[in-house]
Amino acid sequence: MTSRRMNMIEAINSAMDVAMGRDDRVVVFGEDVGYFGGVFRATAGLQAKYGATRSFDTPITECGIVGVAVGMAAYGLRPVPEIQFADYIYPALDQLVSEAARIRYRSAGQWAMPITVRSPFGGGIFGGQTHSQSPEGIFTHVAGLKTVIPSTPYDAKGLLLAAIEDNDPVIFFEPKRIYNGPFDGHYDRPVQPWAKHPASEVPEGHYTIPLGKAAVVREGQDLTVLAYGTMVHVALAAVEELGVEADVIDLRTLMPLDIETIEASVKKTGRCLIVHEATRTAGFGAELAAQVQERCFYHLEAPIERVTGFDTPYPHSLEWAYFPGPIRIGMAIEKVMAE
Amino acid sequence: MNIDSRRTNIPPLALHIPEPPARPGEEADFSHIQVTPAGETRRPDSWAEPHSLHDMAYGLVRVLDDSGAAIGPWDPRLSPETLRQMLRDMALTRAFDDRMFRAQRQGKTSFYMKCTGEEAVAVAQSHALDFEDMCFPSYRQQGILITRGYPLVEMINQIYSNRGDALKGRQLPIMYSAPDHGFFTVSGNLATQLPQAVGWAMASASRGDTRIAAAWCGEGSTAEGDFHAAMTFATVYRAPVIINVVNNQWAISSFVGFAGGEATTFAARAIGYGVAGLRVDGNDPLAVYAATAWAAERARTNNGPTLIEHFTYRAEGHSTSDDPSAYRSADERAKWPLGDPIARLKAHLISLGEWDEDRHATMDLECAEAVKAAQKEAEKNGILGHGLHQPLETMFEDVFETLPPHLREQQAQMLAERMRKWPDQGGGDAQ
Repeated sequence: MTSRRMNMIEAINSAMDVAMGRDDRVVVFGEDVGYFGGVFRATAGLQAKYGATRSFDTPITECGIVGVAVGMAAYGLRPVPEIQFADYIYPALDQLVSEAARIRYRSAGQWAMPITVRSPFGGGIFGGQTHSQSPEGIFTHVAGLKTVIPSTPYDAKGLLLAAIEDNDPVIFFEPKRIYNGPFDGHYDRPVQPWAKHPASEVPEGHYTIPLGKAAVVREGQDLTVLAYGTMVHVALAAVEELGVEADVIDLRTLMPLDIETIEASVKKTGRCLIVHEATRTAGFGAELAAQVQERCFYHLEAPIERVTGFDTPYPHSLEWAYFPGPIRIGMAIEKVMAE
Repeated sequence: MNIDSRRTNIPPLALHIPEPPARPGEEADFSHIQVTPAGETRRPDSWAEPHSLHDMAYGLVRVLDDSGAAIGPWDPRLSPETLRQMLRDMALTRAFDDRMFRAQRQGKTSFYMKCTGEEAVAVAQSHALDFEDMCFPSYRQQGILITRGYPLVEMINQIYSNRGDALKGRQLPIMYSAPDHGFFTVSGNLATQLPQAVGWAMASASRGDTRIAAAWCGEGSTAEGDFHAAMTFATVYRAPVIINVVNNQWAISSFVGFAGGEATTFAARAIGYGVAGLRVDGNDPLAVYAATAWAAERARTNNGPTLIEHFTYRAEGHSTSDDPSAYRSADERAKWPLGDPIARLKAHLISLGEWDEDRHATMDLECAEAVKAAQKEAEKNGILGHGLHQPLETMFEDVFETLPPHLREQQAQMLAERMRKWPDQGGGDAQ
């Protein structure tokens, strides 16, 4: 299969292109998604290629976008709605939590809900509190939803194709800070394009990455770092800068969670650091910490550490004081390694 | 409160809290309801532009007059056979409701909801729609299933959450789901089905299908954002969908005023969206049929969605958990100005010479017997809380298509708990 360099947006666009080409039941829609191709250009060209009944603009109602997706899925389509920013997803919560997530269960399998809700999430773009949030923990808490977060163009395409082909509803959060290039958390250094990163070499055709499989993106003996999305790159940079021998695990899928890979690593290293952008209290890191101690308690050499966003609304001007960057991670690594 | 902030030279503001005309102990008062004489409301073409239909949202489509005669342009001119079938479907729905309500009182299930007085809505509409058209009902359209011939035994299995329940005992009673009968899984969250119906209709149109969708909600839940989202999507894409607002005057204990009913009609909601809106006597089966057929023809010919307000009355409590004597006048049902749908269709058939009291009594008996027989059959599969439930491990099935590892672990935990509770009964799979 031929491949080429893609940034994450191009990889996501390619995934939808491939999915729509293979299966005419796949439809994409959302605010500004159709003619214009999305505010981040993720759906660019799809309307021209597949027509306006398969890629179209919608009214500005997230409740309606997801509600309509549920009805389309009931008909037999495979909708891939876009919520323009994860921060806007809350009006759709009832349709996601009480409907899409529950319809297979409440109908005892009479209806499936093969819906993939794509949405850019996370901070680091000076988006202020309504364009920066990381609400993944809200969705991992809901029985019946899968939650997927890629960290590279290659993963984004393979995971998105797997999500679209999955017969259950998937929340697919795209870390928008790394749409155009990986980000090591050093906001005062020049930005890097994806072109220099090996995972920007993306096959043009069809491939999938199974949901529920984490990736060990760096191997080491002394520490296990659990991260996803943008924080995979920030954590990798911090580990390298401190010269720590660490397993860095990119979770890729929060639900279902690849606990086996996590467990094997923590039992090997005896130390665990969890990194996410989302607010701390009752964030997904709390779930990870609980599961790691349940399974690895007698292998732990130090308390499990969490690096997270602070429990405040996402600030605008103080973004870099809020963002869980290399310093916060470095301090946590020092702490977890000191025991 | 800072009194000084009041400016004393203008009258103070006053907040309006709606209050129904009558409360318990008071005489029912429907004097504010204007009943348009049967036959008087015009019948526009089904392809008419929405802006030419504004008067329809304030009128009242009525066919049956007080003498039981069918008059005016909306008379659907149905055959006596069809009329008798509609009468029987309504009677069977009422008999089913009566028996299931009693079953709940007898402790055989946890919950039930009747549609007494509103049978014409679901039944006449099901006659007007094609069997293949997709219904997204609320919890009070059991008449759709009965009219479409869904087995009563299956309905009762669901109500009992027993071993025969097609939904594996997972849903509250009456939250049916029947794909083979074009009946979407009922949600307890209100109005969520409206944008879903619009999405289904959009999908049908985008695939060049010929089937249309219909959805139902109460007047109370038109206040939900989902209603607005559905109407907006419906008008934007001219979706082949019928959105039915069953205005039965009461949302549990909240009278129609708390949904905005003091200020305007619910059919008039359509005007702001540029959607065709009809207001129909919901207790007149012929008017309901005719309006639905009009809207279905409109949808099927790519002329877009219709909002139908069915003006009716919830003759009984919201559910088995409700006591309407605590909040509304006791004689409202008797004084409701639009009568009872079964009595009105019966009178019409008798006036045609196509029915009589003896045949009606026989039909009622047959309906009661059919429900009784179905109940007996369903009880072989158990009643709620008395053994014969679904196998324990099914609790974890259908969360996802395949069982993920964490649910497999939790399933094992639950089975271990049951073994501790019922060690001599193999975990008590029948407890």
